[in-house]
Amino acid sequence: MEHHYNNNHHHENCHPSVLVLGPPPVLRVFLDRFSRKFHLLKAWESPLPLDQFLISNAQSVQAILCSGATPVNAELIGQLPLLRLVVTDSSGLNYIDLYECQERGIAVTNAGNVYANDVADMAVGLLINVLRKISAADRYLRNGVWPVIGTYPLGSKLGGKRVGIVGLGTIGSKIAKRLEGFGCSISYNSKKEKPSVSYPFYSDICELAANSDALIVCCALTDKTRHMINKEVFSALGKDGVIVNVGRGPIIDEKEMVRCLVKGEISGAGLDVFENEPDVPKELLALDNVIVSPHRAAFTPESFEEVFNIVMGNLEAFFSNRPLLTPVLKI
Amino acid sequence: MAPQNQSQPSQNDLPYVLILKPPPSFVIFGDHFFNSAKFQFLKAYESPLRLPQFLLAHAQSVQAVLSSGGAPVTADTIRLLPNLRLVVTTSQGLNHIDLSECRLRGISVAGAGTIFSADCADSVVALLIDVLRKVSAANRFVKQGLWSSQGDYPLGSKLGVKRVGIVGLGSIGSEVAKRLEAFGCTISYNSRNKKPLVPYTFYPNARELAANCDALIICCALTDETHHLINKQVLSALGKDGVIINIARGPIIDEKELVRCLIEGEIRGAGLDVFEHEPDVPSELFALDNVVMSPHNAVFTRESFEDLRKVVVGNLEAFFSIEPLLTPVVLDDQPHFPG
Repeated sequence: MEHHYNNNHHHENCHPSVLVLGPPPVLRVFLDRFSRKFHLLKAWESPLPLDQFLISNAQSVQAILCSGATPVNAELIGQLPLLRLVVTDSSGLNYIDLYECQERGIAVTNAGNVYANDVADMAVGLLINVLRKISAADRYLRNGVWPVIGTYPLGSKLGGKRVGIVGLGTIGSKIAKRLEGFGCSISYNSKKEKPSVSYPFYSDICELAANSDALIVCCALTDKTRHMINKEVFSALGKDGVIVNVGRGPIIDEKEMVRCLVKGEISGAGLDVFENEPDVPKELLALDNVIVSPHRAAFTPESFEEVFNIVMGNLEAFFSNRPLLTPVLKI
Repeated sequence: MAPQNQSQPSQNDLPYVLILKPPPSFVIFGDHFFNSAKFQFLKAYESPLRLPQFLLAHAQSVQAVLSSGGAPVTADTIRLLPNLRLVVTTSQGLNHIDLSECRLRGISVAGAGTIFSADCADSVVALLIDVLRKVSAANRFVKQGLWSSQGDYPLGSKLGVKRVGIVGLGSIGSEVAKRLEAFGCTISYNSRNKKPLVPYTFYPNARELAANCDALIICCALTDETHHLINKQVLSALGKDGVIINIARGPIIDEKELVRCLIEGEIRGAGLDVFEHEPDVPSELFALDNVVMSPHNAVFTRESFEDLRKVVVGNLEAFFSIEPLLTPVVLDDQPHFPG
């Protein structure tokens, strides 16, 4: 008779399979829309330990959808003999073994620059908030007390501030452009000086800090940038200095930063990322000059929709042998 | 020798500047803040006499008054100062000065000019990003330990796609527009008069502006015309995805109606530096996560106070040296300000 295929088999024939270890943010939001086009091998829903799941289900898998919480390392790649594509919904790639992918000719796609505007907006929002004590004043008023003039600390003007951007990529450039509109002067540190850019370049991050009133960290997390913002940098930034981090928590020596904030060795911080999310050092919870955000500088419903389109677009392109939308490696 | 009588002019020849109540600068920095070698202050608030008696006894020869929001210059006060020729205020706003009476009597007025415009505009952007991206609300959430225990806080909304409507495209409104353009926002405005050299779309009234924007920013002066300008119709036109930011004057918005809209979810959120009856803030707002509030301190930065000091002292010194004022207010085209 006609229906001798069971549902799963029929489904597998119609939809390409995509392995997912744990649901990335974009999948949690758009699971239905994904499931209509792709057969998702949901490792996190299986009672089997991962190794067994992969042996039983993923030997012919060609594509994996991952994110920061589910790293793609050499060991995992070794367990997927037919893997040809790694798709992520993030811009950051520090949790993917790019070297191994390059060696094996596995393509990698990310979210491109979709998040850049939202991250830049948040970085500026955090900076003004700290300098002008916005959240602190809001908290004060919510206690039902209107501060008597003279008892409430003054804010610090944004215009004229020297802002040091750590990592002048797409996000850093957008932050710079926004802050110029407020009358800030911009300088930067990056892997390499950018000749097409007119902002002063400092090859030494301590020198950048010494010449800045505020540092904005928006670079990638790599072996070179891990704990790059350390005791020396904070000391150079000084007690009137402010730090904003929308990059990755481990770029900053968090213990040292907390110590500086508690002792007043820097003047404040706006932080979207932390070394051990979702744990935030408890000393920061009581500080009014520290604004914390639960790793969502990139996340708005609008950016999610765009990222969903990019992830879907990359997967569809791959499975129909068309060029990928946002490839990261030159394969 | 006769003891120096307080009602006689000081031995010092310096002209007097009358102060009715200490301006915020005095409270924060001390009453030497506007000191100058060219004039001295006559502090009505240090006298045991009630104001009318004090003015009759001591202020007949006074030519200049230093005013601030908390020390209004009313027609009654002006009438008790027959030699008054100049009112200097420490604020950019002028609604606490009877400008009609000043114009009638040929009294010059000098304000803070545009020195506070940048700080006000910065506050607007800070409040707007905070409301849209839920910065303060998420900060509270994390600081209560809820990120670890409860997981994610609801997302905010993208700034760059927002249509921004500016009510009052003066110095502050222009600075707001300039900043928000760099974020990708499109700008439109309503003002007393259309401004031909400005590239933004003009709407003839606040309701039409609100109907065509996602974020309404109040940057205009408080006058008879703008009192409760933002009313039920305007808030309704703004709609449930709309946000309102007010750093101008509380009474420009019908506050009771605003609170109702916020509670009922008829608008998305609000950022408020000013309120109708400061220092009273409607307590219903304290429980709302879609509101960010500040205590009328959008201009209170250390740097701006220093700029203010220079402008106030500069205006007074210029006046007493018969030189042009630094930041004169043009009285001819002022609308009527509430008494």
